Amino acid sequence: MDKEEIKVEKVKETSPAATKVVVPGDIIKESMDILPGTGAFREGKNIISKVLGIAKTDGRVISVTPLSGVYSPQKWDYVIGEITSINFSNWSVDISGPYEATLPIAEVKGYIERDADLSKHYAIGELIFAKIVDVSKTKYITLTMKDMKSRKISDGFVVDLTPSKVPRLIGKAGSMITMIKQRTNCFLSVGQNGRVWLKGDHEDIACKAIKMIEEHSHTPGLTDKISEMLDKELRKGK
Amino acid sequence: MTKSERTDNRKLDEIRPMKMKIGVIKRADGSAEVEFGDTKVVAAVYGPRQIHPRHQERPDRSVLRCRYNMLPFSVSDRKRPGYDRRSTELGKVITESLQPALFLEEFPKTAIDIDMEITQADAGTRTTAINAASLALAHAGIPMRDLVTSVAAGRANKKLLLDMTKEEEDAPDAVDLPVAMMPRTGKITLLQMDGIVSPEDIEKIVDIAEIGCMKIYEMQKKALLEKYSS
Repeated sequence: MDKEEIKVEKVKETSPAATKVVVPGDIIKESMDILPGTGAFREGKNIISKVLGIAKTDGRVISVTPLSGVYSPQKWDYVIGEITSINFSNWSVDISGPYEATLPIAEVKGYIERDADLSKHYAIGELIFAKIVDVSKTKYITLTMKDMKSRKISDGFVVDLTPSKVPRLIGKAGSMITMIKQRTNCFLSVGQNGRVWLKGDHEDIACKAIKMIEEHSHTPGLTDKISEMLDKELRKGK
Repeated sequence: MTKSERTDNRKLDEIRPMKMKIGVIKRADGSAEVEFGDTKVVAAVYGPRQIHPRHQERPDRSVLRCRYNMLPFSVSDRKRPGYDRRSTELGKVITESLQPALFLEEFPKTAIDIDMEITQADAGTRTTAINAASLALAHAGIPMRDLVTSVAAGRANKKLLLDMTKEEEDAPDAVDLPVAMMPRTGKITLLQMDGIVSPEDIEKIVDIAEIGCMKIYEMQKKALLEKYSS
């Protein structure tokens, strides 16, 4: 039996920031050494984009960050949800995605009496900042309030952002969000489902910054643009 | 080539002037408006979202539902509004032509709804609707294997033509053959026909339509990229 020689090819270093807007069906690269990441798939030798988005090469993996799309829930994500209904032993929560989440009474802090009125704890229409503890195969999502960061949202307000743009709002190691927080003197809390809770001095300006990220997420040098806009707006306010 | 070969001075294999616009409906997850000459379609995509009625739910994949609707003023004789035999059929046919391009298994238990409104009709509404729907799906961020492009070809007055107008379609020997395909792989997802032709001519007509599809594909790509340039 012939032993086939196994060739070990060195993976070439890809240049950083090699980003490009691609449409579904675009062939990003023809190579068997590179793997398709999220938003991409392989067909024969080609790595092909699944979505309209920005293609990024990270080592051996090519992935595409979509410019739009719904939130797909992941375990341990923090989300901002709205209570939509109260059931026998749980609350139904809208987390602005294709699937509804459930908050069982067992996942709420403190002891709930038998036959207690559940709307005393969370009423319909109230907003919560919660953590996803489980996403089942059948997309049954369980939330928890037994977490350090989980809380009821009773003041400030909540704005929406495209879920795929959440990493852009946060920035590298939180650079973007800390900048917005410091400049506007606002408290910002981001749910992975794209809802942002803000309260503080310049809520309107922080809101404007989020809108700007929504519209310009695909352009480079966004942090500088936001910084410029914040300067301008804050000077106007004085 | 004489200039009087077609009623609107086009070449035999030329598509009517196209216009494509992405993101025309703010409340939809994705939307597009496509014009092919005097045919005009607005498509809007909603979802993936929870499915109602619940009995349509599939545990392993998303359900694609397309609604094709011709507005009463889209044709010269007022069309009675609402569902009819023709719109129901076209909704089904369009669903089937888009389905192979989508990764529906990524969103089990949900529905993806596409609404297509024909605001102006001058032949080729189903193909224009497919082009618009495909752009709207991409704009909504739904994972796709490829864009779907579509165009009709056919025969009128013994000439094989691409993208016929209503006037040409009314010729006595007219044959209309709408084709939808995924341009990267060349797979055909819609193939219908009206009229009587020889098998040889069918092959020729399909070839003409395929060339047309490739041209539309370039336009679709351009329209999507333009939305996010600057």
